[in-house]
Amino acid sequence: MALDSKIPEGPLADKWTNHKNKINLVNPANKRNIDVIVVGTGLAGGSAAASLAELGYNVKTFCYQDSPRRAHSIAAQGGINAAKNYQGDGDSNYRLFYDTVKGGDYRSREANVYRLAEVSGNIIDQCVAQGVPFAREYGGLLDNRSFGGVLVSRTFYAKGQTGQQLLLGAYSAMNRQINRGKIQAFNRHEMMDLVLVNGKARGIIARNSITGEIERHSAHAVVLATGGYGNVFFLSTNAMGSNVMAAWRAHRRGAYFANPCYTQIHPTCIPVSGDHQSKLTLMSESLRNDGRIWVPKKKEDAQAIREGKLKPTQLAEADRDYYLERRYPAFGNLVPRDVASRAAKERCDAGFGVNKTGEAVYLDFAAAIQRYGKEKALTSGISNPSEAQILELGETVIENKYGNLFQMYEKIVDENPYKTPMMIYPAVHYTMGGLWVDYNLQTTIPGCYAAGEANFSDHGANRLGASALMQGLADGYFVLPYTIGDYLADDIRTGKIPTNTSEFDKAEADVKARIQKLMSAKGKNSVDYYHKKLGKIMWNKCGMSRNATDLEAAMKEIEALRADFWENVNIPGSADSLNTELEKAGRVADFLELGELFAKDALTRNESCGGHFREESVEQSGEQKGEALRNDEEFKFVSAWEYKGAPKEAVLHKEDLVYENIELKTRSYK
Amino acid sequence: MSGIIRSSIARKVAMALSGLFLVFFLLQHFSINLTSVFSEDAFNMASHFMGTNPLVQFLLQPVLIFGVVFHFVMGFVLEIKNNSARSVKYAKYNGGANASWMSRNMIYSGIAVLAFLGLHFYDFWVPEIVYKYVETNPEVPTRYYEELQHKFVSPVRTALYCVAFVFLALHLLHGFASSFQSVGVNNKYSAGIQKFAKAFAIAIPVGFIFIALFHHFNH
Amino acid sequence: MKLLLKIWRQKDAKSKGKIVDYPLDGVEEDMSFLEMLDVLNEQLINKGEEPVVFDHDCREGICGMCSLQINGEPHGPDRQVTTCQLHMRMFNDGDTIFIEPFRANAFPVVKDLMVDRSAFDRIQHAGGYVSVNTSGNTIDANAIPINKDNADDAFSAATCIGCGACVAACKNASAMLFTSAKVSQYALLPQGQVEAADRVQAMVAQMDAEGFGNCTNTGACEIECPKGISLENIARMNREYLSASIKG
Repeated sequence: MALDSKIPEGPLADKWTNHKNKINLVNPANKRNIDVIVVGTGLAGGSAAASLAELGYNVKTFCYQDSPRRAHSIAAQGGINAAKNYQGDGDSNYRLFYDTVKGGDYRSREANVYRLAEVSGNIIDQCVAQGVPFAREYGGLLDNRSFGGVLVSRTFYAKGQTGQQLLLGAYSAMNRQINRGKIQAFNRHEMMDLVLVNGKARGIIARNSITGEIERHSAHAVVLATGGYGNVFFLSTNAMGSNVMAAWRAHRRGAYFANPCYTQIHPTCIPVSGDHQSKLTLMSESLRNDGRIWVPKKKEDAQAIREGKLKPTQLAEADRDYYLERRYPAFGNLVPRDVASRAAKERCDAGFGVNKTGEAVYLDFAAAIQRYGKEKALTSGISNPSEAQILELGETVIENKYGNLFQMYEKIVDENPYKTPMMIYPAVHYTMGGLWVDYNLQTTIPGCYAAGEANFSDHGANRLGASALMQGLADGYFVLPYTIGDYLADDIRTGKIPTNTSEFDKAEADVKARIQKLMSAKGKNSVDYYHKKLGKIMWNKCGMSRNATDLEAAMKEIEALRADFWENVNIPGSADSLNTELEKAGRVADFLELGELFAKDALTRNESCGGHFREESVEQSGEQKGEALRNDEEFKFVSAWEYKGAPKEAVLHKEDLVYENIELKTRSYK
Repeated sequence: MSGIIRSSIARKVAMALSGLFLVFFLLQHFSINLTSVFSEDAFNMASHFMGTNPLVQFLLQPVLIFGVVFHFVMGFVLEIKNNSARSVKYAKYNGGANASWMSRNMIYSGIAVLAFLGLHFYDFWVPEIVYKYVETNPEVPTRYYEELQHKFVSPVRTALYCVAFVFLALHLLHGFASSFQSVGVNNKYSAGIQKFAKAFAIAIPVGFIFIALFHHFNH
Repeated sequence: MKLLLKIWRQKDAKSKGKIVDYPLDGVEEDMSFLEMLDVLNEQLINKGEEPVVFDHDCREGICGMCSLQINGEPHGPDRQVTTCQLHMRMFNDGDTIFIEPFRANAFPVVKDLMVDRSAFDRIQHAGGYVSVNTSGNTIDANAIPINKDNADDAFSAATCIGCGACVAACKNASAMLFTSAKVSQYALLPQGQVEAADRVQAMVAQMDAEGFGNCTNTGACEIECPKGISLENIARMNREYLSASIKG
C-alpha cells in the first residue's frame, strides 16, 4: 500500500482552514447513532473523548488505571507552548512552527506542525475557560517562561505541575460528559486487540483487570491515544504501566509503525541509584532556565568527588567545566534535549561523571540564587544586603519557581539542592515514533486513529520541551473532532456494530489463546526478569548513541530473549481474576517485539538526526566537528513499517518529507 | 433547602452553632459564678434575676435545654455514623501522628461533660425547679449564695467538679476553635481566633475550678 | 536492613482478609517503599506464590494511584510524599512495618492492598467541571485578568492528586478535603463561579451518598495529604455550601 499523507492543497497557512471547510459533517441527530471508542485517557484521549461526546457521539473510554485522571500525562512538569506572543517578543504561529520543525531536526511533516502551531493559542483559551489555574503575573495576566531550543518565552505553566493541571482540565471535561451519559468510562480495562470488519476498525477486545473477563466493544471508529513506548527500556520516566500493547496490537492488524527508533532521552533526570531501581524521575527542563550544568575540569577532581573526598561546593569556579555554555555559546544551557543529553554522556564517558556510578553531572543553582537574591533585595529596598540575606531571598525566589521539584529531589536523593548542586543524568523520556498517521490522524487502518504520543507525526526526530502537552491537546480538542467527523459521515446508515460476528469471535479467540499461552509457560523467571534484560539491551545498544554492530547484535539478542520469554516466563495466579503479573507479561511480550523493530529501524537509518545518533554519521570537520550529521539526501523520509510476522521481516514504506516553506539547514545551537 | 437538613455539612454547621451557643452560655454562667468570689450580694442579685425573670425562665432556659440536648444527640448520631463509615478497622492506626488527642476523643470528653451535667442538674437545677415550681416556695432573694457554698463542702463533689472541668477544657480546646472552621471562617483572622479560642478553652474551666476550690476552702 | 512486614492479604472483594507476616532481608536505604515491595514480590513469584497486589503507576508522586496505610499512617511516616516517594531510609533495621489498604466503606478492597476509589470519580462527575464546549473560539485566555493570590490559591487546591489519603487518615473516613479542593479551585476562579452554587451542592450530595463519614475538623487529612492541601478549603466549601443553600 502506498502511503498517502492526505495533506490538503493550498498555502501552508490556509491548509487547515481549507480542509475544515471542505470536510464532511455529521448532523447532530445522526451523531447520536454513532459510537466511538477512545483507548487511553491522557491529554490526547481525554480531550478527544470529551470533545467527541460534546459533539454528540457516544463515547466509550478505556484506561488501565483506576481513573482516567491518572494517565501519565499527569506527570508532565514544565509547561505547554503556544504562539500567543503575550510577551511581545516576536512570537508567531510561523515561528512556533519553524522552531518545532527545526527542533525535530527536519523529520516531521510541515503541514501537521503548522496546524499544531495554529491551534496552540486555542488550547490556552480552552484550558483557561475550563478553570485550569495557569501561573499568573501580579497584573492578573498569564505568565510565560522559556524552554530549550527556542529564543522566545512562549511556555505557559502551572508551577512544576502543568501536565497535571491540563489533564485534570481534560478529565473535568470528560466528567461533564460522563454526567450527561455521553461517555461511558471503562477504567481498569486493558485493550487486548483491535477488531477489523471489512478492513475497517470496528471495535476492540478488552480485558477487565478486576474480573479477568474478556469483553467485546464495538464502535464506528477507534481512537488510540495510548502514549509512548519508552518502557521498552525498562527504566524510563514513564509510569510503570505505560505500554505499547494497544498500538502494537493495531500494528499487528495492519497499522504501520513509524520511526520507532526516535526516542527522546531527557537530559535532566535523577540518576540511577542501584539495581533495585524501578523507574526514573524527571527534573523539569524548566530548571535549565536557571540551573547551570557542569562537571569538574580535572579528572582527579571528578575522581575525588566520586569517592566522596571532595564536595562540589568546594570546587573553585575556574575548576568547573560548564560544558554546554562552552560548546554552545548561543543557546548555552538551553540547547535542545538531544544535544544536552549527548553532551552529558560525552563528559561522563570521558571520566568526568560525579556520582558513585560515574553517570551524573551537576545542575547548579548557586548563580541563580545569587542573581535573584540581589534583584529581590533591590526591589525590596534593602540596601547593602548581607550574603545571608541574599541567599535567603534568592532561595525563596527559586522555591516559588521550582519548589515542588526541589522537594521531590530532596526526598529521593536525600540532599538539599538549595545548598549543593543537583545531580542529573539523561533518561528515556518520550518516544517521537509511533503509529503512522495521515494528516487526519488516521492510521493505515481505516477508522483507526492515533493521537498524542501514540502517533508519530509532529515532533520529527526530537521533541522540543513543552510541545508534548501542546500536541496531545491539539489532537484531542481541535483536530480529531473534525477529521473523525469526515470519516464517520459515511457511517450514518451503518447502524450499531454487532459484536456477535465472526470477526469478534476470531479476535476474542486470539486474545484468549495468547493469554493461555502466557499462563502455560514453564515458569522459570518472572516477567520483570525479562523486562530488565530487554531494558539493558535497549539502553546499551539502542540508547543515546548507536552503531550498526550493536544494533545488529541487539536484534539477535532480543529475538532470543523473546523466545526464552514465551517458553519460560513465570506467571502465578489465574487468568480469570485480577492478575498483575499477567498484565505485565502481555505488555512485555509486545515490548519484546517492538524492541527488535526499534533496532531494525535504527539500523536502517544510517544518519544522525535528533534523538537518533549514529556513530557512523558525525561531522568530520569545521565548527560542527563531532556533532551529529544528518543526511537529507538519503534519509529525508518517514520510516513506516508494515507488520509481516517476526519484527525482522517488517517491510519498510517511505513517506518522503517535502519542505516547501522551510529551508533544510544544519541544526546549529552554537 | 430540604437537602440541607440531611447533608453532612449542615449537620456539621449545626454542631458548631449549638456548640458556640453553649460556649456563650458558659461564659455567662461563669461571669455570674465569678461574682460569688467577690461579693455575696452581687451573686445573690444576679442569681435572683436569672431565677425569677420570666424571659430567662420560660424562653432562654428551654432554648438552652434544647441546645444542650441537640448538641449531645447530634454528637452521638454523628459519632455513630462516622464510626460506621469504616467498618473494617485498621490493625494499626497511628491517630496521634496527625491529630490531637482532643480532636479524636470529643465523644469521650463529651460523655464526661454530659455525666457532669447530670450531677450538676441533680445538685442545682432539680432542687431549684422543685423549690420554685413543685413546692412553690416563696422566693428568698438571698438564698443562692448559701446554697452554693453548701454544695462545695464535700471534698468528693469538689474533686468531681474539678475533674469535669478538665474534661470540659479538653472538649473546648478542640470544639470551640473548630466551630469557626465548621461555619466557614478561615481567613487572615483565623490564627487570632484560634489563639483566643484555645485561651478561652483553658481559662474558663480553670476559672470554674478556682471558684469551686474557693468555696470549698472558704465556707 | 532486615524488616518484618505485616501485610494485609485478601483474595478478592468478597473474601475475608488477614494480616500475613513476611520477613524481608537485604532492603537498601535508597529504595523507595514500593521498590522494597517489588523485592518481596520477586521473591514470592520465584517461590510460585502470588505477589502482593498494590496500586501504583507513575512512581513520582503525581498520579495518585499508590496508597497504603503504613504503620497506621497513609503514605507512611514521612510528610508531603506519596508511598512511591517514601524511601526506606525512613525506617530502621529490625523494624516491623504494618502495611494495610486505605480503609473506608466507600473504598472497598479489591485485592490485597488495592482498593476501589471510584467514589472519588463519581463526586467529580457530579459537578467537578466548568460547562464549556471545545469550540476553538472561547474568549482569549487573557481577557479576564485574575488576581494572582486567587489564581495561586486555586492552583494549590487543584494540585490534589485524588489518592484518598485524607479519607484513610480521617478517623471518620471523611472525604471533605478531597471534595473541598475541587470546589475551591473553581470557586476561586471567575470561570468557575458561574456554576459554583449548583456545583457545591451536587458534589456534597454525591459525597454524602457514597458513604463517607463526617468532618470533625481533626486536621489529620491536611497533615497526611501528600500535596499539602489546606484545611482552608474545607472552610471555603462550608461557606460556599451554606450560601448556596440559603440562596436556594
